[in-house]
Amino acid sequence: MTRRFRSLLTALALAAGSALAAPDPAVVKQLADDDNTRKIEAIRQLTQSAEPAARRLLQAMAEDRLVLAGGRLLIVDDGQASDAASGAPAALPNTPASPEPITINNRVRGELASAIAALDLFAAERSVRLEAARRLQSKAGAELAPLLTRALAGELDAEIRALLSVAKAQADLASRDPAVRRGAVLLLGDTASPAARALLLPLTEQANEPDNRVRYAAISAVKAIDKRLANAENLGRIFTGLSLGSILLLAALGLAITYGVMGVINMAHGELLMVGAYSAYAVQSLFRSHLPDYIDWYLPAAIPLAFFAAAAVGVLMERTVIRWLYGRTLETLLATWGLSLILIQAARVLFGAQNVELANPSWMSGGVELMPNLVLPWNRIVIIGFALFVLFLVWVLMNRTRLGMFVRAVTQNRAMAGCVGVPTARIDTLAFALGAGIAGLGGVALSQISNVGPDMGQGYIVDSFMVVVVGGVGQLAGAVWAALGLGIFSKLLEGWAGAVVAKIAILVCIIIFIQKRPQGIFALKGRFVD
Amino acid sequence: MQSARIERTPHTLRLLAALDGRQAGGLAAFLALALVVVPLLNLAVPPDSAFHVSAYAITLIGKIMCYAMVAVAMDLIWGYGGILSLGHGLFFALGGYAFGMYLMRQIGRDGSYRSELPDFMVFLDWKELPWYWTGSDSFLWAALLVVAVPAIVAFVFGYFAFRSRIKGVYFSIITQALTYAAMLLFFRNETGFGGNNGFTDFKRVLGYSITAPETRLVLFGLTALALAGTLLFARWLTTSKFGRVLTAIRDAESRVMFIGYDPLWYKLAIWTVSAVLCGIAGALYVPQVGIINPSEMSPGNSIEIAIWVAVGGRGTLIGPVIGAFVVNLAKSWFTVSFPEYWLFFLGLLFIVVTLLLPKGLLGLWQTLRAGKSARGAR
Repeated sequence: MTRRFRSLLTALALAAGSALAAPDPAVVKQLADDDNTRKIEAIRQLTQSAEPAARRLLQAMAEDRLVLAGGRLLIVDDGQASDAASGAPAALPNTPASPEPITINNRVRGELASAIAALDLFAAERSVRLEAARRLQSKAGAELAPLLTRALAGELDAEIRALLSVAKAQADLASRDPAVRRGAVLLLGDTASPAARALLLPLTEQANEPDNRVRYAAISAVKAIDKRLANAENLGRIFTGLSLGSILLLAALGLAITYGVMGVINMAHGELLMVGAYSAYAVQSLFRSHLPDYIDWYLPAAIPLAFFAAAAVGVLMERTVIRWLYGRTLETLLATWGLSLILIQAARVLFGAQNVELANPSWMSGGVELMPNLVLPWNRIVIIGFALFVLFLVWVLMNRTRLGMFVRAVTQNRAMAGCVGVPTARIDTLAFALGAGIAGLGGVALSQISNVGPDMGQGYIVDSFMVVVVGGVGQLAGAVWAALGLGIFSKLLEGWAGAVVAKIAILVCIIIFIQKRPQGIFALKGRFVD
Repeated sequence: MQSARIERTPHTLRLLAALDGRQAGGLAAFLALALVVVPLLNLAVPPDSAFHVSAYAITLIGKIMCYAMVAVAMDLIWGYGGILSLGHGLFFALGGYAFGMYLMRQIGRDGSYRSELPDFMVFLDWKELPWYWTGSDSFLWAALLVVAVPAIVAFVFGYFAFRSRIKGVYFSIITQALTYAAMLLFFRNETGFGGNNGFTDFKRVLGYSITAPETRLVLFGLTALALAGTLLFARWLTTSKFGRVLTAIRDAESRVMFIGYDPLWYKLAIWTVSAVLCGIAGALYVPQVGIINPSEMSPGNSIEIAIWVAVGGRGTLIGPVIGAFVVNLAKSWFTVSFPEYWLFFLGLLFIVVTLLLPKGLLGLWQTLRAGKSARGAR
């Protein structure tokens, strides 16, 4: 049965002629040539045939399994030798001088790699073809053009087709025919990849590209790619700006309540962020020692703890210091600065002066690739989502709960609220605790993107106040717009002016802005209107 | 109608008349101490004597006198103008940097790279001085910059801030942001001011060795004179009509406007004067301490200036000086004896002073004395 089947195959092979025939022995022989250029020529010829046998042969050569034994080229496979050209089994001679492996240098090795990749384009499995097409992206030379054309003709998968056509265009760039080159240039000009740009760049110079039409096409193609790359970069900047904005929002939301609603300049706000971040660190340590299997989930577990830890610190601050200073804004500034120094030193005593390590959970690593040069990291996406969640939480608390209603009542008219039975002193404490707790939540988010250490809060305090001042005191919507605006604006500025200049420019813009709208984006209505 | 000729006292007389006998005596005693007694105790008394004043003490007190000048400058605008600046560290540092440039050039070829350029520029592989270093080898130019740079920065910033009537907390926070941005700027190596390390390693000032005991004493004496001058000037300013208008603006700005004054120019003038005083203090500070770096512009430093004023008693002129001395002496004692507790102490000081001593130590002293004399009268 098997024998009959095999003879049938042989017959078929004979009938199909050269298409399925064994590689040309003369070409195979050339692989053993001493001259590397001749070797490469042979590899190219073998590649053109797109034969499985040729692939096997080249693979063996790449793996140093192609040997010269007594004038015959043999492929060694697990100690079994076969004739390189015909594939017929052969005996390995035992003389010490042979078998002698075919030596290859790096140039030949590179050639073999792209030849094998090209041959893989005809493999049956999609994944192999995809991988091969990817590998050919940056190394398809002119000699592969016919092969790529053939592969393209037989390829049905859209993703592989797209990759192949870029590879083909790249191969065509080396063609002698200006029309072919121009076609390739136009095709590459439609991509947004830095690699295609690098390929096209030499063609924009007369020395490299004699044909005017091709050169002009290349020039405009490079321009088009540049534009697309710049667009992607700007999109990326807007995204980073958005994520910076949501970080600013998280840092400033709590302040929008304590400063905006209660009129307390809380200079220790940054330290409340720090309390949140250290809470996350403490939860991580707990998970490390007790629940190592669930370490990836320490962050969600840290969220409530951070909120309550920071809120507790807030209650303590309000009860001991701030309560005596309501209405004396500048004094709250000095006193809370004192509180912040104490909190910083307490963190140093408890956790050491060094920054502590917080691991990014595995589900937050990596990113979404939108374009070759535009990757959105997961941790930034998560932070944007988290900021939205916290914002929603604050909105619900302020607008849909009894506490929120009381806070708003006390803000608008403390005496009247007191008259109708609102416990104003307790509301002050709770509102301050709420602002502090939200700062704690912000601290958890910050722990994922920046250093956690005793001094971390100081870096955010100026930015947070900027957000509140620009947004307009006491306005959640103002804080949101200001945070996002400042975030995006500063990232865009950073793109062309550098971080420090951007920071200074922002400051200048804020000063000018406050000239125009001293009350911020949204004006305040409440007991602190001057 | 015969117009009554108003007798006007000449300014020089008013300047002296601004002090009563006790104050004039105190000032004279202070100057005698700083210009005669301390130098004698330092140079003529042998180091093992109990009365010897060490070089360390001279540097420390010289440094604190610079801080006291800053505190008086801060008091002028906070205590008398009602404007809390959280950016005075910037003006102090600007004066320091302006004079530091001169000191850097005085090093000449004695730096570790034996180059005409300051060491940090050689390190960054710069080939020539940036344009804004032009003239930095001239003492007069440096002295001009010490005054002009803080003045210009303060004037421009103040003009825009006061014109749009930014005040209170808004003003404080914007000045803080200004200092913060400047700190970021000076931390950069590209800025041309030594980045992180700032200026240090000075060798000479006006050709004299900067570490020589005599130079040290001259700088000390100059600082004492500058502090005395600042106090005298501040006294004159605050007792003048200008000072009265300023205090009126502090207490009720809109009423002052209705009477017909434009608060903008009053505030701007005192703000600029205050910045210039800070700049001079910074310029005296740098050669004595031997280093100036961007950390002088950190928001924390500027807030600390406010606490010196608050501790001593704001709205008085001697209070800020007392505050600067008390806090900084405490600091140099705490940071040596209990380095971990300094921040706790400073933090508590901020809280206690704001909660319990709204008028500072001077206010406490007056309350105690008033209480005593009230008891005595009974």
